[in-house]
Amino acid sequence: MDSIWEYRNLLLAGTAVTVQLALASLALSVVLGLVGAAAKLAANPASQKIAGAYTTLVRGVPDLVLMMLLFYGGQQIANDLGSLTGLWDYVEINQFIAGVWSIGFVFGAYMTETFRGAILAIPRGQIEAGIACGMRPFLIFRRITWPQMIRHALPSFTNNWLVLIKATALVSVIGLHDLVWNASTAGRSVREPFTFMFAVLVIYLILTACSDVGLRWLERRYNVGVDRA
Amino acid sequence: MADTERTFFEYLVYVSENHSPLDFMLVADHIDKFFYGALLTIEITVLALFIGGVMAIPLAIVRAYRHRWLNAPIFGFTYLFRGTPLLVQTYLVYYGLAQFNFVRESFLWDPVLSSPWWCALITFSLNTAAYTTEFLRGAIENTAKGEIEAARACGMSPARVMRRIVLPSAFRRALPAYSNEVIFMLHSSVVLSTITLQDILGVGRWLNGRYYLAYEGFITAMLFYMALVFLISKGFRVWEKHWLGHLRARTAVEN
Repeated sequence: MDSIWEYRNLLLAGTAVTVQLALASLALSVVLGLVGAAAKLAANPASQKIAGAYTTLVRGVPDLVLMMLLFYGGQQIANDLGSLTGLWDYVEINQFIAGVWSIGFVFGAYMTETFRGAILAIPRGQIEAGIACGMRPFLIFRRITWPQMIRHALPSFTNNWLVLIKATALVSVIGLHDLVWNASTAGRSVREPFTFMFAVLVIYLILTACSDVGLRWLERRYNVGVDRA
Repeated sequence: MADTERTFFEYLVYVSENHSPLDFMLVADHIDKFFYGALLTIEITVLALFIGGVMAIPLAIVRAYRHRWLNAPIFGFTYLFRGTPLLVQTYLVYYGLAQFNFVRESFLWDPVLSSPWWCALITFSLNTAAYTTEFLRGAIENTAKGEIEAARACGMSPARVMRRIVLPSAFRRALPAYSNEVIFMLHSSVVLSTITLQDILGVGRWLNGRYYLAYEGFITAMLFYMALVFLISKGFRVWEKHWLGHLRARTAVEN
């Protein structure tokens, strides 16, 4: 336990990186999810095909493979393109950016399904009623679609977020100095790998438990006024 | 280079090395390694799913019936394993356990706990057992009350009700969730490559490291994983059609 206290700053710094990574990936995945859901629900067959291919690809490939492809391969492609077109000089994709893009890309596909299901769950009659009351499309979105979409999406959103937090651990494999990386380095140097990995386990448990509690609260809040059988 | 001596094979190698974005001949040269990697991935995934699934059945029953003393520790187990990353769990077992002298001196150390293969199998099995326990519990709890009452009225003992009524229908209801769990387990098995094992991704990383490449190994690995996921989803679709056929007409949204 003393060694944990001794290395507390390293662990806290790693936790901060992990949380930042998770939040940045979440933001990207929500954007991709909304775009993906819109594409899947649009009447245009091409956009449906593209969104369908996106979700199928993500379901088929493990996140670490995409992350490594982006981290090692993406860098090469970016530089090849740069020297080919002469538009930019040497670029470096760092581990954080590779992590955010790959995790965001993967969870964007899961968010697509979440938002698509949530929008489909809103009865069509309510939107028609909104039109009949003379609401403009934006007002309908703000007053009818959005609040109910959140309510229907929240359980699955919570689930995605909990899986996303855990997926951030993989970024340590490509060398980002996150919680797992810092802890295993510290654990090796003081020859107490178990103690440090156990601390990581506890920190992840705290992160998931806190988000669980927070999001359940939000769920209750958005469900005010809904009858439950 | 206009030599007519060149065979078609040499021509392919030449194109692959100089004019193709991917050196496909190099991948073809090492494709056997990828198949061995796939074997390891499949082996660990299948064994872990089997062991975890067998463990999950009694645990889920205990959880569903809220046994007075056993429910809380089992919930603790599933919460711990579902709330933390598999990578960390695997590191804890593989790198962590060596910290303790009594583990290194025990009879389990030499054949089992010092080997990455066994550590991965143990961790993966416990991990999938935790997830399977929870959704199986949900499926058991959702058994229609009338079915159980009818079985009791027929004079079945509790064990027989479980075996004949509750479990068969719970397994059916859990099947769609289980297909997701199988695919997640396959995805999670990339953790194998981080503890020195040569699974599909491990071979891809090895190839890239050896020839100093940026994408060949990863793209090949990606195609292997996609093929496996495709086979799994196909298999489950056939399975679901067979076991859930009687439910099909009643679903409102076909998916």
